[in-house]
Amino acid sequence: MQAHLLSILIWLPIAAGIVVLLLGDRRIAAARWLALLASLATLVLSLPLLADFNTQTAAYQFVEKAPWIPRFHAFYALGVDGISLPLVVLTALMTIPVIIAAWTVVTSRAAQYFAAFLIMEGLMIGVFSATDALLFYFFWEAMLIPMFLIIGIWGGPRRVYATVKFFLYTFLGSVFMLAALIYMYVKAGSYSIAAFQALPLTLVEQRWIFAAFLLAFAVKVPMWPVHTWLPDAHVEAPTGGSVILAAIMLKMGGYGFLRFSLPVTPDACRELNLLVITLSLIAVIYIGLVAIVQTDMKKLIAYSSIAHMGFVTLGAFVVYEIVRNTAHVQGAAMGMDGAMVQMISHGLISGALFLCVGVLYDRMHTREISAYGGVINTMPIFAAFMVMFALANTGLPGTSGFVGEFLVILASFKASFWYATLAAVTLVLGASYTLWLVKRVLYGPVANDHVAHLTDLNGREFLVLSVLAVLVLAIGIWPEPLLKIMEPSIQHLVSQAVATKIPA
Amino acid sequence: MHTLLHLMPGMIPAIPEIFLGFAICLVLLFEVFVGVKRPGATGTLTLLVLVAGAALTARYADAAHTMVLFNGMYVTDPLAFVLKLAGFLVVAVALLYSRMYLENRDILRGEYYVLALTALLGIFVLISANSLLTVYIGVELLALSVYAMVAFDRESGVAAEAAMKYFVLGAIASGTLLYGMSIIYGLTGSLDLGVIATKLTASGSLGVILGVTFIVVAVAFKLGAVPFHMWLPDVYEGAPTSVTLFVGTAPKIAYFALMLRLLAHGLAGISADWTLMLTPLAVLTLIVGNVVAIVQSNLKRMLAYSTIGHVGFIVLGFVAGTPSGYSAALYYTLVYVLVALGAFGVILLASRKGFEADKLDHYKGLYQRDPLLALVMLMLMFSLAGVPPFVGFWAKLRIIQALWETHHLGLVVVAVLTSVVGAFYYLRVVKLMYFDAPSENLPATLRPLGPRFVIGLNAAAALVLGILPSPLLDLCSRVIH
Repeated sequence: MQAHLLSILIWLPIAAGIVVLLLGDRRIAAARWLALLASLATLVLSLPLLADFNTQTAAYQFVEKAPWIPRFHAFYALGVDGISLPLVVLTALMTIPVIIAAWTVVTSRAAQYFAAFLIMEGLMIGVFSATDALLFYFFWEAMLIPMFLIIGIWGGPRRVYATVKFFLYTFLGSVFMLAALIYMYVKAGSYSIAAFQALPLTLVEQRWIFAAFLLAFAVKVPMWPVHTWLPDAHVEAPTGGSVILAAIMLKMGGYGFLRFSLPVTPDACRELNLLVITLSLIAVIYIGLVAIVQTDMKKLIAYSSIAHMGFVTLGAFVVYEIVRNTAHVQGAAMGMDGAMVQMISHGLISGALFLCVGVLYDRMHTREISAYGGVINTMPIFAAFMVMFALANTGLPGTSGFVGEFLVILASFKASFWYATLAAVTLVLGASYTLWLVKRVLYGPVANDHVAHLTDLNGREFLVLSVLAVLVLAIGIWPEPLLKIMEPSIQHLVSQAVATKIPA
Repeated sequence: MHTLLHLMPGMIPAIPEIFLGFAICLVLLFEVFVGVKRPGATGTLTLLVLVAGAALTARYADAAHTMVLFNGMYVTDPLAFVLKLAGFLVVAVALLYSRMYLENRDILRGEYYVLALTALLGIFVLISANSLLTVYIGVELLALSVYAMVAFDRESGVAAEAAMKYFVLGAIASGTLLYGMSIIYGLTGSLDLGVIATKLTASGSLGVILGVTFIVVAVAFKLGAVPFHMWLPDVYEGAPTSVTLFVGTAPKIAYFALMLRLLAHGLAGISADWTLMLTPLAVLTLIVGNVVAIVQSNLKRMLAYSTIGHVGFIVLGFVAGTPSGYSAALYYTLVYVLVALGAFGVILLASRKGFEADKLDHYKGLYQRDPLLALVMLMLMFSLAGVPPFVGFWAKLRIIQALWETHHLGLVVVAVLTSVVGAFYYLRVVKLMYFDAPSENLPATLRPLGPRFVIGLNAAAALVLGILPSPLLDLCSRVIH
């Protein structure tokens, strides 16, 4: 079983999803429980990955390899390293709250709802654990289908516009990546990601490939100016869709930068790092300002996600400036550590915040900030959770949000005083939009009759939020285990990123 | 059977055509004596004939060797073997989907099946053509049968108009083809494609270029490549849907064979010339097909433009001009035919007596009216858009790979961009079926068990071949050399 652990993590949720689909709405109780069991089982099965992971090596672990398309040297090849392992576990974890949160709330086509998320879970784990580029792309694209349906079927009033925009943006980004992958296959004779990373490429080739990757990953992250699909998709998506979008799907862009852009086209990255850094800083500052003026809670958190993801790309790409300034790579690893921690932390915090919005939405059926006020008077327990996640979102020390942002800002200092200063503006902006949101929604006198009749969290909601709260605090207080898992892989990645691949 | 075959050993490789020739006579007679009294019996017989033909082909035709027969007129090779089996299968499935539709429209007559079989015979002749003469016979046999099929519903004015357009334009294309062939014949002194290939080894002669131009134009017309595509949307929209299904699927196999035999083999020596001509054709075809499809409100017409877009991809395989490119084009053709079969099949099953489900609006809320049909259409649409895990993804991948191998950066970009445009209108169909509420007063879909089962298999095939693409990819690479 250990040998096929990753396969099980991919195919168990997908198979369960198909069974749930077959059970249908007529046997919804069974479908619901099966969905919950399957997602719990997936999480439990992902724990041996953590327990048995060897933190001394950067090599892929739990590897599986079987011929898939022998003629094209494409393999069904899986494996995790320090970069993908935390994301695999995060995926397995975040599907559970989605299913619990929808338990009785989603009433139309509920079985399909659960099935779509289970299938998504399998495909997303596939993306993070594929070590063959073709297999990676296969999962990467296949994921669009359930997400397209999730937003389109269970979304809000403008769901069709949002989901088509979501699909086309991401599809546009990824087909260029596909073209780049095939180009490298034709050169390397293999689709293995490791072969791509080792493939010598001229600077011109690297620039083109970098551009293709940038398009694919920037849309997913999303980076300014290709971010506009995200607020639309988030606002219209059902709660679960938002959670998965924010917690996992955005991470795929960051993961793509770390897995493909930096090691496959290091010279182009070195040359064009200013481009990515600039876009990241624009995301941090400009999008942070945009977040302040939002009147829709989900939109606000969506913009805040874009700003936070700016730290991921910033942390990943400051490495070149650091090497140029300090001539060694220790600080560079810190930036990437920060990027990774930020991804995990943002996954937990944004997921939790969207769940909080979902809790309110289920009761009030509006996401307008102005419809709320004084919620703390009727929902004190909920308010405590929301305040905690909001503080984590602003990067309060002691929460996971602090660790990632702090590491990235610290690393940016080694690169340039100005990067760090600009990035640190987020501490002000993040606090402004998040705390102002909290103030308007939670505090003050009870705004209206609807708020006066709110009921506090039920057991189901309490359970979900408390688990996430514990994790946010745990990573914030003691990030060491997480950093330890990542360390060899990050070191390896830095060495790949600063090396040159231009053939002599 | 055995003894009969032993009397004429030279005939055995041509068993698919010979059998089909006899079968056509049999079906025609059967219709005259039995079919008129029992409508539908001829259809059943035709399906049996197709199954028997496929079985005979699989048993007796040579799948391993290349043989040139009948004084160089006819060639049989692994490619022909595969294409003919595919032809039997595709026509059988197409006729199976069509039956109820024909019945509801009161055009369930034996001649329909006879015409389908003669069209198939034309397809086979093209597949095995090794001489300009055989190519022409195949083209005309196929085209004439199809013209008649388009006009099959005598009561329908639109169909008659479509048939007329098709016939007139098709006749011009045939003339162009003949003219080009006559020039090539005049310059090489041979009709044999093998001989022509050995004589035409270098480009340059104005005469050769002139001849090739006419041939390329005719081929582009047959395929529906822009700017020779004008007939295609009108025919697809005007013809009875069962005929659209037929026209949109089986002949594509033949026209792939036509390009391969005529251009890639016969005119291999001057491939630099015709790839240069095909390049702008492919680019225009991709752009016009995909962009114009967006504004259609009629599903048949939308799929017609989508066909044009896909033809662009097939032509790109020939632009690459390598065995890898040809096998990519073959793979694309087979995959496209498989998926188009299902997509038009859905239209047939969604139609009723007196109601043609050809408007996009008719698919609003299809999920609520018929979940199975909606799911089938969803899978086929994503496959056409080229999204994994469906088989259409691999078809696009193969073409892009062939283009990279021949360093066509610009064409890769065009192919990739137009497939994003294409995704939009395929998504719209999914949107209508799944996100919209059903419109009022739409009749229920058809629920015949057999065709529904087969259409389910059809969609499942698009999924299974998408997850495990290796067998078909291998086959397509093996039969092209």
